[in-house]
Amino acid sequence: MKLLEYQGKQLFADVGVATPDGEVVADAEAAASVAGRLGEPVVVKSQVPAGKRGRAGAIRFADTADAARQAAAALLGTSVGGHVVGRVLVERAVPIVRELYAAVLNDASGKGPLVLFSTEGGMDIEEVNAGTPERVARLAVDIRAGLTEADATRLLDGADIAAGTRAQVAATLVRLYELYRRVDADLVEVNPLAVVEGGRVVALDSKVSLDPGALRRHEDVVAGLGGDQARVETDLERDAREIGLQFIDLDGEVGVLANGAGLTMTTLDAVTHYGGRPADFLEIGGDAYTKATPALRLLLRKPSVRSLLVNFCGAFARTDVMTEGVVGALEELRPEVPVFFSIHGTGEDEAIATVRERLGLEPYELMDDAVRAAVDAAVV
Amino acid sequence: MLVTGKDAVVVQGVTGRQGSFWTDRMIECGTRVVAGVSPGKGGQVASGIPVYGSVADAAKEHPLDVSVLFVPPLAARAAALDAVHAGVGKLVMLTEHVPYQDVMEVLAEARDHGTQVLGPNTAGLVVPGEASVGIMPGHVGSIFRPGRVGVISRSGSLGTLVALQVAAAGHGQSAFVGIGGDPILGTTTLDAIRTLDDDPRTDAVVVVGEIGGTMEEDAAEYVAGMAKPVIAFIAGRSAPPDRRMGHAGAIVTAGRGSGESKVCALAEAGATVVDLPSGIPEALRRSLRSSPRP
Repeated sequence: MKLLEYQGKQLFADVGVATPDGEVVADAEAAASVAGRLGEPVVVKSQVPAGKRGRAGAIRFADTADAARQAAAALLGTSVGGHVVGRVLVERAVPIVRELYAAVLNDASGKGPLVLFSTEGGMDIEEVNAGTPERVARLAVDIRAGLTEADATRLLDGADIAAGTRAQVAATLVRLYELYRRVDADLVEVNPLAVVEGGRVVALDSKVSLDPGALRRHEDVVAGLGGDQARVETDLERDAREIGLQFIDLDGEVGVLANGAGLTMTTLDAVTHYGGRPADFLEIGGDAYTKATPALRLLLRKPSVRSLLVNFCGAFARTDVMTEGVVGALEELRPEVPVFFSIHGTGEDEAIATVRERLGLEPYELMDDAVRAAVDAAVV
Repeated sequence: MLVTGKDAVVVQGVTGRQGSFWTDRMIECGTRVVAGVSPGKGGQVASGIPVYGSVADAAKEHPLDVSVLFVPPLAARAAALDAVHAGVGKLVMLTEHVPYQDVMEVLAEARDHGTQVLGPNTAGLVVPGEASVGIMPGHVGSIFRPGRVGVISRSGSLGTLVALQVAAAGHGQSAFVGIGGDPILGTTTLDAIRTLDDDPRTDAVVVVGEIGGTMEEDAAEYVAGMAKPVIAFIAGRSAPPDRRMGHAGAIVTAGRGSGESKVCALAEAGATVVDLPSGIPEALRRSLRSSPRP
């Protein structure tokens, strides 16, 4: 779960990582009054879960309260990286001397936490890494031992930073790691981590993402974020999430219902390969395999769907249970669009018999034949 | 990381609905299930096998080679550590949505204790005719039959489809290795390929990858040096690119991870990359005809 910048900064405050004074607001008047209270100049920052906000013009500087009002009015309601700006963060502008980069993340290759640090923070960090990877220092952490101040200091060896700053940066890295562990983050990133006039180290941005699998043990943290959903979703996507299904709205005409992420992706690949366009990604894998009825109901609400492709390959998910759900929903809803089945794996004999007897349809022996038929039926 | 019919298997979470259903299927496939574990239910019998309160308790009564976990996500860490500390050599973590930091801790501890971990979020292992550990339809004869093609898949459902393609081509499988759909895994694509390359009963390897991560790219160098033919399918090439947020992921993967990057890496390494699983039978025919038996 991606957090918005201001939410990440709330978590930074909890572990003692300094951020500029500021407040998040949802209207332009409030932006002006916050600017007046903080003292100008301020920065007005769109709160969207997207990167490269600076380049997209989604961050504005304002020298007066009036300018802050205008900046907020200009940003609120616009779309940045596909996300509508519902709130802006108004922060006191700080005099930046230097921009550093710091991150803690899950590293799949190392199978543990990885701490990254660079003295060349700012908007071009990826380019810095691509051209001169030695300028991004990396430290793999044994999660059982954690990150000590001595480890963090060692990571900064050879980095060109002043002694006083060095200790602060090391302490900040330790706190970011502590936050990463405390909330089960999969990413905690600060870019830039600024050195400001007077030598203080301040996090000017936050990118925090929480491990969705661990949210249930952090209900307090989630509640503290104020229910501001970082993601944008369509009505169908929201309804799917509420009933525990993973659904992504796509632009095409072939409605796809399959089990398991791998098989669902492959089914979309096959639809595309045979010249069709999938209408959705709808997966009823894992424990959700009993949810075939609500899944199909959801899919049939999409007006663009011209044919339905049901592709089941049962391993853990039992095709007889899934098929029963789909057939029940089809009997009840009686959609006008044609339906094409391909069914293999656990429970296939019962599943195929159900489709034959109750719908009078013959499931395709080969998945590709079912896909081709569904694509042909969708292309009018 | 394979399993034989001689391996003694313990099922953690044996009394749950899924645990009991799949324990029966595993036994049907010939798997030597010797014990079950269910906290608080020691002394009971489930699926005809004795139940213990912990793997540590079970290990006092039975030598154990493999443990398979049917436990909920937030209980997986403790259950896995129980098996690791009891000295079980192989651990199959089926559970999906285990917190990643719990997984990291389990993997670190497993490494120190010499336990091989498969998963998490894996569908398990099948050696047709010998044993099945996990939630694959090893009991369905139209899909799994003894043979000489090894299959590696991140996904259970897609792995089933691919195993079916292997059977449709007239082959059987020497092994199915489900490595799991999570980003952080005990056994990687490369580990599984090495295992099947070293396995004298395997003549060809079918690798089923997915977009995301860099495991397929990481395996390419090894594949280039293999005598056995490798056939690969990468799922998700038509998927719209995910909108990412920070830079850290990109710094770590450095431009790799897309479907095209995986296809290129494996094709350059000499693997036959097919566009769809339905291309696998023909690819197998060509590869097994042209390649000398190692």
